[in-house]
Amino acid sequence: MENHILTLCYLLASVSFIVGLKMLSAPDSARRGNLIAAGGMAVAIFATIFLYRDTETGHKLFNLEWIFLALVVGSVAGTMMAKKVKMTAMPEMVSLFNGMGGACAALISIIEFKHAIHTLSGEGVLALAAPEADSSFRMFLLIICIGLIIGSVSFAGSMIAWGKLNGKIKDFSFKGQQFLNIGLLLVIVVLAVWLVTALPAQAVIVFYLLFALSLLYGLLFVMPIGGADMPVVISLLNSFTGVAAACGGFLYDNKAMLTGGILVGAAGTLLTILMCKAMNRSLLNVLIGAFGGSSTGGGSSETGGSYKQISITDTAVVMSYAARVVIVPGYGLAVAQAQHTCHELEKLLEEKGVEVAYAIHPVAGRMPGHMNVLLAEADVSYDKLMEMEQANELFKNTDVVLILGANDVVNPAAKTDSSSPIYGMPILEVEDAKMVIVNKRSMKPGYAGIENALFFQPKTSMLFGDAKNVLQQLCSEIKNL
Amino acid sequence: MMEAIINWLGNHQEMIYVVLLMIFLGIEVIGRVPSVLHTPLMSGANAIHGVVIIGAIIVMGKAEADNYLALTLGFIAVILGTLNVVGGFVVTDRMLEMFKKKKK
Repeated sequence: MENHILTLCYLLASVSFIVGLKMLSAPDSARRGNLIAAGGMAVAIFATIFLYRDTETGHKLFNLEWIFLALVVGSVAGTMMAKKVKMTAMPEMVSLFNGMGGACAALISIIEFKHAIHTLSGEGVLALAAPEADSSFRMFLLIICIGLIIGSVSFAGSMIAWGKLNGKIKDFSFKGQQFLNIGLLLVIVVLAVWLVTALPAQAVIVFYLLFALSLLYGLLFVMPIGGADMPVVISLLNSFTGVAAACGGFLYDNKAMLTGGILVGAAGTLLTILMCKAMNRSLLNVLIGAFGGSSTGGGSSETGGSYKQISITDTAVVMSYAARVVIVPGYGLAVAQAQHTCHELEKLLEEKGVEVAYAIHPVAGRMPGHMNVLLAEADVSYDKLMEMEQANELFKNTDVVLILGANDVVNPAAKTDSSSPIYGMPILEVEDAKMVIVNKRSMKPGYAGIENALFFQPKTSMLFGDAKNVLQQLCSEIKNL
Repeated sequence: MMEAIINWLGNHQEMIYVVLLMIFLGIEVIGRVPSVLHTPLMSGANAIHGVVIIGAIIVMGKAEADNYLALTLGFIAVILGTLNVVGGFVVTDRMLEMFKKKKK
């Protein structure tokens, strides 16, 4: 009876994950969807604690006091971290939590492996007689290994991604790194297969070697990928952790873990591909890191030449007397955390009768949708945020476009230069506007590593400086007009 | 080994069906997500794979009272899993809270 209630609880949890994920993909229901999934998770956790019985011994779970202590510690720490984090630091937070999940899966595998070896060899002595183990034991071991490998890669990779996003870790790559990575992956697979099929006497050593190599692989896998590509990598690692969780589902014959894990594995993979598509790049391209420092980008057009600068005062005047201003926020705005100042500027301009809108490129910022979250935090109203298609219509009737730290998403090379690495990526066609003001910190190219011809066009003026700083000065200038 | 795999697949066919259906469902369910929601959706999915915590609880609950290594690792695993679940859902809720505010 209790057992069936547990099964029903897992069923409920599985359904809540599916419904939750479905609702998360529509703006109106997203928040409720998240709560539903969280509710299902709570049901699954408490049902496990109180109703789970060991299939062999029929025992209930021991060590409940320790389990509760760990749950409380994790909940308090998790809530505090999640509440305190700044909106701009959301992506690295997600990465950090993802790494925790991966580490959890790897730890489960380690404990289960020790347990399995112990039962097999009786006294825990390393005298593994291969014929003793039947085929289902080998499959069990294989799943443990898969969980260990994927969990460790996900953990190490997420930690590197986290470090990169908060600036603690710099890009790092060396010649032949891709070959080393592929070689390492092969070694891991071969070792795992050998461990499972041959059950060598050194099984324990091989297992820990697998663990170490997987961590190393996760590290080397993310290390060379550029900081701006991190969202794609995090999304991919997210789906990895999903698969690692699903391995647990096989180990414990647990349908909630299986459905949750596979669901995230599949959805996460698709999401990764969608993100790549929005940037017009293939996943392989991101992973091998064509832009990631190893090559210098294939942009052939020598655009160099002269650009003109504009002063803060001039910018303030031009914008105040425009009929319509469109702001294009980008990575620079997120880094400078200038979203509130940006909203202030918007209000000041509106008081002067200027129509203000924001043009949001799907991949602007550090993550797709990142700009929307940031601007929403600053209370920018929803109907001022234009999606790319709308915005491109609007530019034709726009007097001034103010670009805040965006670069590749407004690079006309994507339309005109077929040899450019970003050729074919949909862009914001800001050149249709009467005047373009670009705020950047320097003339350095964006993450695609290519020159932007837009900056050298006659209707473009450059306004150098940190986005927040510049916006503050602009605000005070406009107030004084 | 081939035989082992086939036997295993036969014994776990129910699970295999679940896996296959979930792959299609996962793809279908988020197929038409607007790019605005990519970040919260990734974060929400991140919280859902925290379901791995169930495994951590089982491992911890099965550990014998004198098996300190399993107890310690299990304890850490439960904490990490909880961080993933609770942190993940709270962060997602915070992101989505902002989407709601601007609708007014």
